[in-house]
Amino acid sequence: MAERSFAREVEKLRAGAGEIFHGEGILAVTKALLQSGVSYVGGYQGAPISHLMDVLADAEDIMSELGIHFEASASEAGAAAMLAASVNYPLRGAVAWKSVVGTNVASDALSNVASGGVTGGALIIVGEDYGEGSSIMQERTHAFAMKSQIWLLDPRPNLTSIVNAVETSFELSEASNTPVMLQLRIRSCHVYGRFTARDNQRAAFGLGDAMQNPVRDTNRIVLPPANFLHEHEKVDRRWPAAIEFIKNRKLNEFLGGYTLDAGIIVQGGLYNTLIRALETLGLADSFGKTEIPIYVLNVTYPLIDDEIVGFCADKKAVLLIEEGQPEFIEHQMNSVLRGANIDARLIGKSLLPRAGEYTGQVVKDGVAAFLREYAPTMAPAADKPADPAASNIAALGDVVPARPAGFCTGCPERPIFTAMKLAEQDVGAYHVSCDIGCHLFSILPPFNIGNTTMGYGLGMAGASAFQANAAQRTVAVMGDGGFWHNGLTSGVGNAVFNGNDGVLVLVDNGYSAATGGQDILSSRGANSRRNTHHPMASAIRGIGVEWIRTVRSYDVGGMRRELVAAMTTTAKGPKVIIAESECMLNKRRREAPLERQAIAGGKRIVKERFGVDADTCTGDHSCIRLSGCPTLTIRDNPDPLRDDPVAHVLDDCVGCGHCGETAHAAVLCPSFYRAELIFNPGLWDHVKARIRGIIIEFLQRRSDARRACFAF
Amino acid sequence: MTERSINIAILAIGGQGGGVMAEWVVELAERGGYLAQYTSVPGVAQRTGATIYYIEIFPEAAAKARGGDPVLALMPMPGDVDIVIASELMEAGRAMQRGLVTPDRTTLIASTHRVFAISEKSAMSDGRSDGSEIIAAAEARARRFVHIDMDAAARDGGSVISAAMFGALAGSGALPFPRNLFEAVIRDAGRAVAGNLATFALAHDAAAGNGVAAAPVPIPALDKAERQVSAAVAELLARIERLPFIVQQMATEGLRRVVDYQDIGYGSLYLDRLEAVVAADQAAGGDRQRHELIIETARHLALWMSFEDTFRVADLKTRGARFARFRSEVQAAPEQIVDVTEFMHPRIEEVCDSLPAPIGRAILGSPLLIRAAGRLFQRGRRIRTTSLSGFLLLYILAAGRRMRRTTLRFRRESAEIEAWLARITSAAAIDYRLAVEMAVCQKLIKGYGDTHARGSASFARLMDAYDRGRTTPGFAAKLRQLCEAALADDSGAALDAALDGL
Repeated sequence: MAERSFAREVEKLRAGAGEIFHGEGILAVTKALLQSGVSYVGGYQGAPISHLMDVLADAEDIMSELGIHFEASASEAGAAAMLAASVNYPLRGAVAWKSVVGTNVASDALSNVASGGVTGGALIIVGEDYGEGSSIMQERTHAFAMKSQIWLLDPRPNLTSIVNAVETSFELSEASNTPVMLQLRIRSCHVYGRFTARDNQRAAFGLGDAMQNPVRDTNRIVLPPANFLHEHEKVDRRWPAAIEFIKNRKLNEFLGGYTLDAGIIVQGGLYNTLIRALETLGLADSFGKTEIPIYVLNVTYPLIDDEIVGFCADKKAVLLIEEGQPEFIEHQMNSVLRGANIDARLIGKSLLPRAGEYTGQVVKDGVAAFLREYAPTMAPAADKPADPAASNIAALGDVVPARPAGFCTGCPERPIFTAMKLAEQDVGAYHVSCDIGCHLFSILPPFNIGNTTMGYGLGMAGASAFQANAAQRTVAVMGDGGFWHNGLTSGVGNAVFNGNDGVLVLVDNGYSAATGGQDILSSRGANSRRNTHHPMASAIRGIGVEWIRTVRSYDVGGMRRELVAAMTTTAKGPKVIIAESECMLNKRRREAPLERQAIAGGKRIVKERFGVDADTCTGDHSCIRLSGCPTLTIRDNPDPLRDDPVAHVLDDCVGCGHCGETAHAAVLCPSFYRAELIFNPGLWDHVKARIRGIIIEFLQRRSDARRACFAF
Repeated sequence: MTERSINIAILAIGGQGGGVMAEWVVELAERGGYLAQYTSVPGVAQRTGATIYYIEIFPEAAAKARGGDPVLALMPMPGDVDIVIASELMEAGRAMQRGLVTPDRTTLIASTHRVFAISEKSAMSDGRSDGSEIIAAAEARARRFVHIDMDAAARDGGSVISAAMFGALAGSGALPFPRNLFEAVIRDAGRAVAGNLATFALAHDAAAGNGVAAAPVPIPALDKAERQVSAAVAELLARIERLPFIVQQMATEGLRRVVDYQDIGYGSLYLDRLEAVVAADQAAGGDRQRHELIIETARHLALWMSFEDTFRVADLKTRGARFARFRSEVQAAPEQIVDVTEFMHPRIEEVCDSLPAPIGRAILGSPLLIRAAGRLFQRGRRIRTTSLSGFLLLYILAAGRRMRRTTLRFRRESAEIEAWLARITSAAAIDYRLAVEMAVCQKLIKGYGDTHARGSASFARLMDAYDRGRTTPGFAAKLRQLCEAALADDSGAALDAALDGL
């Protein structure tokens, strides 16, 4: 069950022609797919596309009504391979993932489908995880579009444009027999807005029709001699067809004025940023009306030579706003202009930053500088004099603390890293190869564990070189999400096959947690649509691992012992420790409402939470350095003799028990206590409490009286 | 003048309900006749990090009149934000750092409460940032600065920060919508309506009062010994009254601590020890230094003399006042049954420490006995203090206080305290600052088990450095640096480097 449920929102997907659809970008994309008459949809979760996968999963009923098959693919490669259905048949299909990482994984299948070409419209929706909020390497998907010849759309970031882009992509794909990529930036995926809906379409030719009437065309298969044929086809036939379609359908837009001899070319996705920059410079109104000519590239690959030449021919200079590097568009445009003998100067990365996100401020500064140089009549006055309060800002740098992401309250992964830190005290420092997932937060404070991360599911493979006969082993970490994505083969199978000797800590929290808690093969919750409950232990045993231990992840002492055992055993081959406990976010979401109901219904319920005795806490904060739990914090020391703040547990503690386990395992301090609050106690609870109360209170009064003798 | 959008940035910490708040604002705007666009960058930031939610709203009538949709931005730009709402004080600071708050345009609505960042929490002493700098900067930066304690509003109203943010936004009057429209949004959302409305109202009223901070807490009058005290206590208090006035409060607190810890005799010992330092202070001209040496010694001597041994912990855990405190901390209802379990881990070292010195020393001196007895104390113990057996165990242990003076730990601590006091007096003869720094060094010794051992080891290294270098000019500053280095990390790396630098 995913972190966020769209069960209510997906009902909007039934909206018919003329209705105004309000919702998030991903919901609009889903609606657009339904309006386009797709037959199959697949993909792999990962921000910013996770919610699209969640929407699709929640919309499965609506999709099956329309004869659409939805698949939560095992990986992006699997999703890309689904597009094979559009090769021989007039079937429209779409797949989605996080880019650039997902595109990396998918690229083998992508190259194949792009080489043979498609009959039915094939759409790849990529969530471009670039700029603020991104968690991955900063690269451009653009390169993949170029190298495999897949058309790349980057529509203006409003829902109407995005929905139109989805629908047009299928037509473009069919017109040019080429798969199309639709690039959505992070904020576009999550943007809430509105558009006018059209009716959902059921494909005239369905999956069943294809299965009953198989078509085989060896010219579409990537094998000699067809593979050589494909390359020619790409440039001789598919490319010109695409150019023709893009021009005729006016997918790129010429906005703004016509008379100025300077203009701006912008990627569609950055259009709103540009307009806001112009607006704050006093050069545009809120509706985008401006004197400055603007050429909007809603299609960023292929470029349309005629349009570029037409736009630049009457201008002295043109500013190209192209985010990311290398500046592929700038290079290609320069070559187009040179070939056409156009003198207009193309200003791009020579003025705008070569790297980094093009935020509002960056674009504004760039446009202002460009206009000052090439259109002085339009240029804004020089920058305002320095702000008198600006000095405050610099000073705040020392005051405002960074707030790195970390494990959630009660997260079952936290104790694993506490144990790893403690095990280091037993066996000495060791190299840790990390993976992708929530567990990667171990590299941040307070744990500071981990040396490298090489990609999803590649934690163990990332340690595979360290096989010297050394005194110390290496530890790899992998989550269950990465394990099923590819880690089972690339990591565990590889280690068995090559006789590798490292240790693997396999995090089994029951979900692909970092991407939003989607179910996976080893999930243990009820799921009527997916086949789950396949333990990882069976898989790794099946693949040949002999040394396997399973530990409840909150058992810090147990985990520490198993880690030490794995590091020191004489057994050869990979040693796998499975740390199992359910993702707390998912668990609470499931159990908290049931618990509330039970309490209201008069059932006896015991709620646990932790606390810290300020009396015995000495303010060293060792416990926090081994935890980082959001609810374990600090507060003023009530002791008039001490200044250092004491540890303190906030009210949203879920009672996972990590504090207590850590206090035990690390021999920290006796300040932690676990409180069990009994709701709707039974008769025996009352009797017991009464008897205990009488005796305990008597003794307490006795000591209080003694102390009162010399109190002052 | 042409219409333009109202731009709103919400800065929140993952899990505070920033997304819910943003959805409410969108709903509010749409009901109020505005077009709304909203976006955020969740992803990793969702997991406890800082997140910005960004909303632009635009009058629908103006759009209709133009016959088109406005072009709305997806990210806030410095100088282009009308309202910034920060769910926490440092997030307000972050908004200013990002330039989102400008004097010509921005209403800054911030909560004054703190959610400490990991770097602040994990410091070995006090790593908290100074919130007053944020308040001062906000006063200078914002066109209008509304600040209320949203956490208190949420707590008192029985809801979460998102409802307090929404209430503060309404109360600030920064949006052209009436209060009842805000409340209708909360009501129609249909979740935790009563708590949300109560919190909303509290925050609304606080913000509408122009964000006047709560009345300053009155400073409690000095607790003069008006109550009847026993003759023995009166005698000790009389000794305190002979001390310089400025140190009397701290000395009283210190005395109260050690008497509570042991008995009157121990209090008398405390004053004996303190008076020796008083003499050194006066000889070194302490009256020109506001007697800082006496104050710091009074503080740290009391802390050291009340070292946390097994008896002390058992005593504190079983007190009636402690039972009342944990009940209130876990928010137990008046008659609710609450069970409490302690996580104790006495190691063989602590056990020997609590035995009469010769026995304890004998066990620790014999590898065989250590191994045999150590096995008994390898695992942590969970003691249910609210059960009869658990309580009696701790209660009896607490009574061990009576034999404390014979224990190994007491002997060891007493000797070390005397050595430290001797260093303070010797330092006072060299340099007053040096003596003060020496007194403050005691703060390294705290915690239990390994933490205590690490602190004591650092302390011993500082004492060693002092013995070798005390006559070096300016050693007071060096000692201070060493002390800071010892508190910089728990591996001791910073202290190693600092000692190498000597």
